[in-house]
Amino acid sequence: MTLVALLLIPLLGGIVAAWCGRWSASAARTAALGAMVGALGLSLVVWTQHDFGITSVPGVEGVPSPWVLEYRAPWIPALGASIHLGLDGLSLLLVVLTNLLGVFAVLVSTREAERSGGFFYLSLLWNVAAVVGVFLALDLLLFFFFWEMMLIPMFFLIAVWGQDQAGGLTRNRAALKFFLFGQASGLLLLVSTLGLVYLHYRATGELTFDYDRLLGTTLPPDVAWWLMFGFFLAFALKLPIVPLHTWLGDAHCAAPPSGSVDLAGLLLKTAAYGMLRFTVPLFPEAALTFANTAMWLGVLTIVYGAVVAFSQHDLKRLVAYTGISHLGFVVVGIFAGTGQALTGVVLQMVAHALSAGALFLLCGEIQARLGTRDLRQLGGLAEPLPRLGSMVMFFAIASLGLPGLGNFVAEVLILSGTFAVAPVIAIGALSGLILSVAYALLMVQRALHGEPVGAGGFSDGAGAGPLLADLSARTLGLLLVLVTLLVGLGLYPQPVIDLVNAPLHAIEAGYRGFEFAPVFDPAGASSP
Amino acid sequence: MLNLLPLVCFVPLAAALILTVGGRRMPEPLAAVLGVGSIGLAALLAAMVGVAFFTSPLQGGAITYPLWTWMQVGNYAPVFALRLDALSLIMLGVITGVGFCIHLFAVWYMRGDAGFARFFAYMNAFVASMLFLVLADDLMFLYLGWEGVGLFSYLLIGFWFRDPANGLAARKAFIVTRIGDTALLLGLLLLYREFGTLDIQSVLELASQAWTVGNPTATLACLLILGGAVGKSAQLPLQTWLPDAMAGPTPVSALIHAATMVTAGVYLVVRLHPLYELSPVALASVGIIGAATLLLAGFAALVQTDIKRILAYSTMSQIGYMFLAAGVGAYESAMFHLMTHAFFKALLFLSAGSVILALHHEQDIFRMGGLSRRMPWVFACMLVGTLALTAFPFTSGFFSKEAILHHAYASGHLGLWWAGVFGALLTALYSFRLIFVVFFGAPRTNAAGESSTPAGAPFSHQLPLGILFVLALVGGFIHLPPGDVLPAHVDVDIGFAARLPVIVSLAGIALAWLLFVRLPQIPAALATQRATAWLGHWWRSAWGFDWLYDRVLVRPFVWLTRVNRDDVVDPLIGFVAVGANQVGALVAVTQNGRMRYYAAVAGLGVCALIAILALQ
Repeated sequence: MTLVALLLIPLLGGIVAAWCGRWSASAARTAALGAMVGALGLSLVVWTQHDFGITSVPGVEGVPSPWVLEYRAPWIPALGASIHLGLDGLSLLLVVLTNLLGVFAVLVSTREAERSGGFFYLSLLWNVAAVVGVFLALDLLLFFFFWEMMLIPMFFLIAVWGQDQAGGLTRNRAALKFFLFGQASGLLLLVSTLGLVYLHYRATGELTFDYDRLLGTTLPPDVAWWLMFGFFLAFALKLPIVPLHTWLGDAHCAAPPSGSVDLAGLLLKTAAYGMLRFTVPLFPEAALTFANTAMWLGVLTIVYGAVVAFSQHDLKRLVAYTGISHLGFVVVGIFAGTGQALTGVVLQMVAHALSAGALFLLCGEIQARLGTRDLRQLGGLAEPLPRLGSMVMFFAIASLGLPGLGNFVAEVLILSGTFAVAPVIAIGALSGLILSVAYALLMVQRALHGEPVGAGGFSDGAGAGPLLADLSARTLGLLLVLVTLLVGLGLYPQPVIDLVNAPLHAIEAGYRGFEFAPVFDPAGASSP
Repeated sequence: MLNLLPLVCFVPLAAALILTVGGRRMPEPLAAVLGVGSIGLAALLAAMVGVAFFTSPLQGGAITYPLWTWMQVGNYAPVFALRLDALSLIMLGVITGVGFCIHLFAVWYMRGDAGFARFFAYMNAFVASMLFLVLADDLMFLYLGWEGVGLFSYLLIGFWFRDPANGLAARKAFIVTRIGDTALLLGLLLLYREFGTLDIQSVLELASQAWTVGNPTATLACLLILGGAVGKSAQLPLQTWLPDAMAGPTPVSALIHAATMVTAGVYLVVRLHPLYELSPVALASVGIIGAATLLLAGFAALVQTDIKRILAYSTMSQIGYMFLAAGVGAYESAMFHLMTHAFFKALLFLSAGSVILALHHEQDIFRMGGLSRRMPWVFACMLVGTLALTAFPFTSGFFSKEAILHHAYASGHLGLWWAGVFGALLTALYSFRLIFVVFFGAPRTNAAGESSTPAGAPFSHQLPLGILFVLALVGGFIHLPPGDVLPAHVDVDIGFAARLPVIVSLAGIALAWLLFVRLPQIPAALATQRATAWLGHWWRSAWGFDWLYDRVLVRPFVWLTRVNRDDVVDPLIGFVAVGANQVGALVAVTQNGRMRYYAAVAGLGVCALIAILALQ
């Protein structure tokens, strides 16, 4: 029932918020905040109450279930589809992350909610609910349902509360672009799912959409490859992988700050989760034959995202492209598939959600103050706005992968895990470390350093022009929470690693088998 | 007493945090007390640790303090552990001791700056990172300190961020060193793959078991790590960032770009010397890179006009000597020179800072002149620093440089030895050119004529100079701590070759006097001669590396990103949409509302179906 509650709290909270919105936006906001805090609290309680260290391989008879919590209810018996929810360390971590960023999105949304506040929070919370559903669903049809359900609230968030781009797409066009890419992904997912279910039916006579059942289905290699490729493409569109990434920049630029936090922090993570949970475990052999190509696509994504980010004028578009670059590491790590690389992938998902979420939030703050995000019109903000300046600096440094912060731990684990199986690809991915310094520092220079933008009418109070207010104590507090989490991840990531160890171990075992062990591991060398 | 070691690192870190939180609200005296006091306390603690280290010899000459396990994934478990041995003790002393002097000086230098607290926050955080770097027992932990010092170097070079030129210099420093750092990280990944651990002692032990001398993997790993070392230490081919890094406040140049961070590469090679011993190729590369850099930087220093750039090239050149020493296996001499260089180069930079402030931020030596009468104390400091730099007998630099050249000769590296000897001539020439031009002759500008030792000459100005003055003079008598970290050397008598460097460098001083005091028309004539002027220009731009890198790397990259600003993939994906539209339009033609047309198409379809069925 806990799992159902995790889903129902944001769903019902959204309805309550919409209803409260009839009176005032702040009532809606309070309701939404209450629901999100409740959901976050519940997910944290789950973390503390259960033991996530059980190692087991799903789908193998005679082994205890890998799901720490599980829920089953009939849905469409004729099709073999049921409401099957399950939670292990990996899904719990992502649910916690989702709820945390949900709280943040509600807290930073004061400005958007001035217009149809109730509906705004309904969209926001249903979006969160859909994402939670994606992380919990163990029935492929149910998964598809939630996958599609994510699109609609986000479409509204962009189309209704978004903003038109001067010289670019209008918010409606951007929302449409986002929706069409999402639909393409959904179609691929549906077709591949149906294909898998049909072949499973032909092989065993059992019609089912159940994840546990479909695992380990024996398939002819070429069919398995195509199904795997379908799943891969479906998730690649959402992650996104170059060259399927072009919707992301437009969607971010048009989306309101809370929408961007959601988009970067949550929606993109569902794609990485999908690859980890479905593409690789369902078709391990096919994925292994595809691994080299996929990893090279990951390297391409890293390099291309960073190169395009370097020259962007729009701060938000720049951050969006850096996200593409960082998620390239995720692809590399998933298809490297070693325990280290997979751990790095999960840490990268968390670290990127936190750091990119913070940067998008800061983009919103800059725009609210200066009315623009165009780097050509910004400059010297560190002087009139020291708090904002130091926060942008911190998260820029986090994103360039400074050791001691979460992003570095993630990237170094991915690189090290990849180097063991594909050294050349690891070297390609390493170039991302150099390029990230180039774009992050250029961003800092153009936004924060140089002469303050006094010429444009803004000053630090000495001259003419409106006085710029620094970050409010509340926003600063929110950002400091993210700072603390990133530092924590960077210096002591063990709690997260232990949480996801068991499921990742299972994925690694299914994918790589135990075909390779560390080349040289003398006893005692690895233990401190 | 030894267990004070973690505190040495965490005191500056804590002070940095408090200074960051306090920010602009913090009054200057409080920030000064915190910023300097923390380093002073760290120096005191380090001294106590050092005394304990000397008085009660440790088993194995080292002690390790594990703090906590960074992370554990499978067998990958880097530990935050501090390790104290003879080698890290030298670094500990240099960082906290010289660091304290520079911090104290900075109170005077930075007074009244709006970012006073921010400055000391960065400086303290830098010291903490540097301490982590030298005390780390695990290569990944070392890498944390390694990147940390890079970050604070970036922040401090660009400290006065209003001027975009400073930002450019800062970014250049970070990006160029990051290229080296990435090579280093790759080297670490390789070592981890081979040995399943990055614990320094285990790696060294396992490497000597698993690899024989000349093993290609060992060479590869050493060369990759060397990439990191040359980046941080501004050696060929990643040396271009250091002269530009002088954009930072002068105490920064003294602390980071002379005494500590830039010598980290030397420390790394020396720390991992058992690994380099396994790869003669890599070790030879260390020596050759050092020799090449010391000559290249020596020529470049000869023709610079900016006082700080002269010192920057001189630093590069002296680090070249340290690399040369490491390359011939004289690790102890490399560390010795690292220490004495920290003393005299910090003294030189701080004195230069004094001159610069006295002349209202004038850095061109040809707009100075005659300062010896105006600022006798600063002149004395500068002179002692310069004498030590030129290895004048019985100054600190004399002992360390002599040791390096001695070992180079004794170990049979004659080529490197000759480079070092010729470098001594260059050193004498460029450093006494500076002395003669700045402090002798007539003042060249009004500012130079009116300058004086800074008003009131507070103790935060005098004391650091005084301490460093003494150290630069007699620092050569400090004996390195005992321990079996570094291999001992057998003394060989090399006869006249031992005395040649001294003779050469004295001759260099005489030549400098001749050229810049007695016959100044010679350099003036050389500057107008076409061929020599061109040569001077080439040297002034440090052999054109900046130009080359700009053309080959920077411009193509920027061009590529500019042309692709709008993301060429977007319109390509857009073709799908365009295609869908076109097909839609095409099919829409068939829906024209004419009944006859529909009937005809339906009839044709039926015929076609029948035909297909009939033909089967």
